[in-house]
Amino acid sequence: MQQFARLAASATRVRGVPRLRSAFVPGTLAGRTRDELRAFVEGDDPVSGRPFMEGVVAQLTTPLDGDDAQELTFERETPRLLEPDTEEHLGRLFEENRWTDFLPIVLPSEARVEAMLAGTSRAPDEVVGELKPTDYREPWQFTVEKVAVNAVMAGARPEYLPVILAVASAGVTARSSSTSSIAGGLVVNGPIRNEIGMNSGTGALGPYNHANAAIGRAYGLLSQNLQGGSVPGETFVGSLGNNFTYGNFTFAENEEASPWEPLHVQHGFGRNDSAVTPMWPIWNYVVTWGVRPTWREKLLEMLAAHDPGGGIFLIVDPSAARIFAEREGFPTKESLGQWIVENTTMRAGVWWDHHTTELYLRPLADQGIEPWATRANTDPDERFRKFEPGGVEIAVVGGETNNAFAVASGRYWKTVSVDEWR
Amino acid sequence: MSGRLTVHDPRGYAPKVEAKRLAQSVDTLDGRSLYLVDGRFNGTGPFMEEVQAWLGHHMPSVNTRLIRWREPFDDDPEASEEIRANGAAAILGVGI
Repeated sequence: MQQFARLAASATRVRGVPRLRSAFVPGTLAGRTRDELRAFVEGDDPVSGRPFMEGVVAQLTTPLDGDDAQELTFERETPRLLEPDTEEHLGRLFEENRWTDFLPIVLPSEARVEAMLAGTSRAPDEVVGELKPTDYREPWQFTVEKVAVNAVMAGARPEYLPVILAVASAGVTARSSSTSSIAGGLVVNGPIRNEIGMNSGTGALGPYNHANAAIGRAYGLLSQNLQGGSVPGETFVGSLGNNFTYGNFTFAENEEASPWEPLHVQHGFGRNDSAVTPMWPIWNYVVTWGVRPTWREKLLEMLAAHDPGGGIFLIVDPSAARIFAEREGFPTKESLGQWIVENTTMRAGVWWDHHTTELYLRPLADQGIEPWATRANTDPDERFRKFEPGGVEIAVVGGETNNAFAVASGRYWKTVSVDEWR
Repeated sequence: MSGRLTVHDPRGYAPKVEAKRLAQSVDTLDGRSLYLVDGRFNGTGPFMEEVQAWLGHHMPSVNTRLIRWREPFDDDPEASEEIRANGAAAILGVGI
């Protein structure tokens, strides 16, 4: 609980209050029995060491003093440049300040950043957007130059910068503070894929291509540094962590080998436009090999592993995609997505007993918003559709060495033009 | 070559933090209305019910009222207004 105390102090301070009156119990609340909750209420606060309820009552009835009574107005400056130092010292400084992912970085020297900025026609001081680690934190703003700095650190080349700027402008962080440990995901579409040599074939989701690797890593570094940090106990509380956060599930769609429309065309762009689509949250990934006679049953089992509130991101090898399109009767991505929506069901009682449905959809049900209000009144043993129309996105990627297809978590947020950032 | 590099700071720009003041404490809860707010984050509702039960047993002179925040990630202006109008104090429960 010490880290929640630290988190509360940090979040309170950036709201202009130096100290919050708070009390803590010794464990998380989700899924606890009544006896466990009662024991928390009757037990001690692990932070203060005093009985929990005694502390609660005292904090309500003790006059404000010291920091309690203060108001806090302040500004935080971010310098453009750091004090000159040796490479060794600067590398250590970046690690100590948690500006890295603890793999070696390329130090963003003035010359390297200037060279990176040659990758865009945009002015270095132009504001690109805002990022924050979660809804309740304050948004931080950043410029083209700040994005370029993080691109250098990730080992990116100047020609990747338009993609990285587009990703940054989307405002979808790859370093969420969520306790559920979220990674970002990126699908790159259009001519830029081939111009910068991205891999959409064999091993596209693995460490076999410079552009895929550097763009995905840049997405992570820029997220943590431009949003005000991703520091455990302050701006990050993901219990397990997530290994996808190193590369952020970044690939180019294999448009040439796909029988279906590219992802960006599905979302209103032309085939000759270049665009990038963040898919979020990437929690997990389940794969199977071969569009075998029982593929429908297998796919439903794979879908069963996923949280009902997070969205579904189906990743299909081109050879599997052609089998779906030509043999199995799914001429479009939308038709396969619709099959998933119609055939994936879940018992209502289980559907509502999930982290995401409880947090995001129960409040909508309580406000009478449909279809959630009706779902909230469904018999717990009745089954209904697990995913909503539009909740399934599909991308084609891979080298056709296996008719593989995979289900990742991930919801569509927006598709962003890369061309505007050239 | 001095061996010293000048490098960029990789961080973004933080917004200005504007001061906010905590509500004044109360001298006593006896006979006063205390709002127990379910902040809706995981498991908070049942926990606040247990807080209410504890207060009912140990501090029966306190009038408790349990309400739910509209949603877990943002302010609930209507609930805040109700607390300001009718309550002497409030406890916001945030589960996880």
